Amino acid sequence: MAQPVATSPTEEGQRHDGAAWPLWEVFVRSSRGLSHVHAGSLHAPDAEMALRNARDLYTRRNEGVSLWVVASEDIIASDPDAKGEFFESPQGKDYRHATYYKKSEGVKHL
Amino acid sequence: MDHSLDSYGDATASATRVTPGNALRPEDIAIQPERPSQAVARYAVRLGDDSLILSHRLSEWVSRAPELEEDVALGNIALDLLGHARSFLSYAGLAWGKTEDDLAYFREEEEFRSLHLVEQPNGHFGVTIARQLMVSIYQDLLYAGLTGSTDNTLAAISAKASKEVAYHRDHAVQWTLRLGLGTEESARRMRHALEILWPYVNELFLDEPLHDELGDAGVRPSALKAAWEREIAAVLEEAGLEVPQTRAALCKGRQGEHSEHLGYILAEMQVLARKHPGATW
Repeated sequence: MAQPVATSPTEEGQRHDGAAWPLWEVFVRSSRGLSHVHAGSLHAPDAEMALRNARDLYTRRNEGVSLWVVASEDIIASDPDAKGEFFESPQGKDYRHATYYKKSEGVKHL
Repeated sequence: MDHSLDSYGDATASATRVTPGNALRPEDIAIQPERPSQAVARYAVRLGDDSLILSHRLSEWVSRAPELEEDVALGNIALDLLGHARSFLSYAGLAWGKTEDDLAYFREEEEFRSLHLVEQPNGHFGVTIARQLMVSIYQDLLYAGLTGSTDNTLAAISAKASKEVAYHRDHAVQWTLRLGLGTEESARRMRHALEILWPYVNELFLDEPLHDELGDAGVRPSALKAAWEREIAAVLEEAGLEVPQTRAALCKGRQGEHSEHLGYILAEMQVLARKHPGATW
């Protein structure tokens, strides 16, 4: 069911247009110390250049202090067509939330 | 040179918070009370002109680079260089009651002091990268030295420029390695690029009487030569390329004698400001 995020096929030495460069996903960590957040994607010939392109495209206005790039084809994504069986199951299962439960009598701090 | 698009453009696209950051801006330099000496002002014009002309050259790649991402990378470098030019020219102008725009748009060709190397046409991507490699290693060494200038403003501009130029250098080195070690065709083009640009390298290291006047406010160009040669040779060796043995061309850019290219650059750069004096956009 899981499948790689679709990317353009890269056949070496065959193309010289934009599709010849693989796609990379970019994650930026802001200076506020939060975790890396997905910012977008870009094309680059290799990992090192992807990092530099990410710097140029996604941190031009002081957005970040750390960057990750991941080859898009290395990301295993859930299948959009399988949303039902993947994500609808928790619906109606209120008992999975702490708020479902009433505080027991005599418990002062919870 | 108002860059409102760059400063205030679309700030909503980013996933994270946007902050302008604090740094020395040309606008602040233009109103500061300290005036440069005549020698420092003339020196600042040299530094500013190199960056201004190279910035213009790189901006010619916008919408024409091999990839969208590279388009942005070259555009970013062009804007960094324009920022350096604005700072240096704003500071120089204080000595003569002129603004950065007066100096950029209303000087004649023979009043410009740029090096021939930065005037050279972009050629193919390899030529642009070779020129970037040469200039960025040069400016990296130059600004590192100028950070210790006895002139506080030159030192402050250089300290800021130094970080940006280090990135320009990294960009050029990365591409030199990839083109040199890429395909037979990319290596051939890179060798060709180095050969056609090499004659203009010598001018980077020519001292002038001005440098005697400057003393410790400036950096003597000849003092950068050994380190530059060592550093570029190391990059070229790693990229499987050779240092060209081409002879030096006779260049007098610092005396206002330019290559045939500068006139065309200035015509394009200055036409709007001259046709509509005082216009803002």
